[in-house]
Amino acid sequence: MEKKIVKADHTNPVISVRGLEKSFEDYAVLRGIDLDLYQGENLVVLGRSGSGKSVLIKIISGLLSPDKGEVNVLGHNIAHIREEELQELRVRIGFSFQNSALYDSMTVRKNLEFPLVRNRKGITRQEINTAVETVLDAVGLSQTINQMPSELSGGQRKRIGIARTLILNPEIMLYDEPTAGLDPITCIEINDLINEVQERYNTSSIIITHDLTCAKQTGDRIAMLLDGQFQRTGSFEEVFDTTDSRVKPFFDYNFIQ
Amino acid sequence: MDTAESTTPAVVKKRSKLRQSITDFFISLYRINQFILRFFREAFMPPFEFKEIMKQCFEVGVRSFTLITVTGFIVGVIFTKQSRPSLSQFGAQSWLPSLVSIAIMRALAPLVTALIASGKVGSSIGAELGSMRVTEQIDAMEVSGTKPFKFLVCTRVIATTLTIPILATYTGFIAIVGGFLNVNQNEGTTWSTFIQEVFDPLTFTDFVASLVKSIVFGFTIGIVGCYQGFNSSKGTEGVGKAANGAVVTAMFLVFIEEIIIVQITSWFR
Repeated sequence: MEKKIVKADHTNPVISVRGLEKSFEDYAVLRGIDLDLYQGENLVVLGRSGSGKSVLIKIISGLLSPDKGEVNVLGHNIAHIREEELQELRVRIGFSFQNSALYDSMTVRKNLEFPLVRNRKGITRQEINTAVETVLDAVGLSQTINQMPSELSGGQRKRIGIARTLILNPEIMLYDEPTAGLDPITCIEINDLINEVQERYNTSSIIITHDLTCAKQTGDRIAMLLDGQFQRTGSFEEVFDTTDSRVKPFFDYNFIQ
Repeated sequence: MDTAESTTPAVVKKRSKLRQSITDFFISLYRINQFILRFFREAFMPPFEFKEIMKQCFEVGVRSFTLITVTGFIVGVIFTKQSRPSLSQFGAQSWLPSLVSIAIMRALAPLVTALIASGKVGSSIGAELGSMRVTEQIDAMEVSGTKPFKFLVCTRVIATTLTIPILATYTGFIAIVGGFLNVNQNEGTTWSTFIQEVFDPLTFTDFVASLVKSIVFGFTIGIVGCYQGFNSSKGTEGVGKAANGAVVTAMFLVFIEEIIIVQITSWFR
């Protein structure tokens, strides 16, 4: 499916990161990151394994705390936010994990209901059922409603993981390696789903990947993370129109091999 | 006075390792303390996860039921059998029911239940939460605006604290039945006489002490299992370590608590 051109509102950043630094023991993973995610756009963050891409979105979602710098998400500074405010903010952010992180002991239905019943006080059984059916329909997996996560394929688990975040109608989506470990056809289906989510739910997304097909199909803007900093940012063509020996192998491996 | 030997690199390295171990020990102690405080802060604040608590109570009971039945029965039979020769020397076999009941109610029932639950329930909680940590399921709960600590830790600790005393009572009953079968076979004592002699020497303090002990053991097993699992390091190795750590630490603490509670109880007698 061809990606529709999305006009992002460049005056309205939903996420704004300035001078972000993060180290683990002596190893500095992020060394002064500046980033803006605008309303309605898909921003792809590319980089090698271990370059700190996942660390970046874990800081944005409040799972990790930054060592230095400002991280503003929907008007809240993550570093100085109170626990209760962070809980409320997280409901507005969807996080799709690399390995889907479905709750093994619950059926698909229970997985989807879990965040909903705990965040929407006074919701009725009828409303819960409707919400579950709607998101399952959105990811095309209505038939799996009573299955356990162990009975699903890798692609289905990814879709259910995305559905679980969509059930709270998030304004921002964070995808951690959405196509990792999937076959090419399923990758394309997941890429289409990411675009569909952007259009249907009007989300702004950060997509962490090292899969250039995913980057090309889903990204309105690409940011290349190298040596703990964003070295190149722009459209897919702009980022890869370079002879930089740290960037070129990425393109060559994905499209020439 | 420092000798030349005390400043050699090997000695310096050994000292720094020891210093690090002591520091690590106190850091762990601080973290465990914080974990327990967090439990009390969150467990009694709404919303309450009653459904999950009931589910966990059922899990704890079911997981240990068979093993506790078999072990409790064997403990009763063996204890009675082994005590008989000593009492026979004084012609005091008629004291067997009293001896069995005191030993079982005061010590064996809570202790045997706690040790079995440490192995079955503690390891299972440690492994389950450890694997949830490794596969980012706990992170997934956190980012979806829910409270994983309340849902996973509080429910399990409450479940073990409530269920272990029930299981300990059951163990006590089964062990007494085991003791009765042995006494009945050898001395021909009837059930009603046996039960009367079982309850005769027991005091209110014995029942309260036994109950308090079981509650403390249950809380310990739950909190240790949850702490190990919830804070397990990444990787499958971490899951194994969490399960193992849950069993070893819980068993060790159960023995320490047993000594302390026995000492405190003796002051009330």
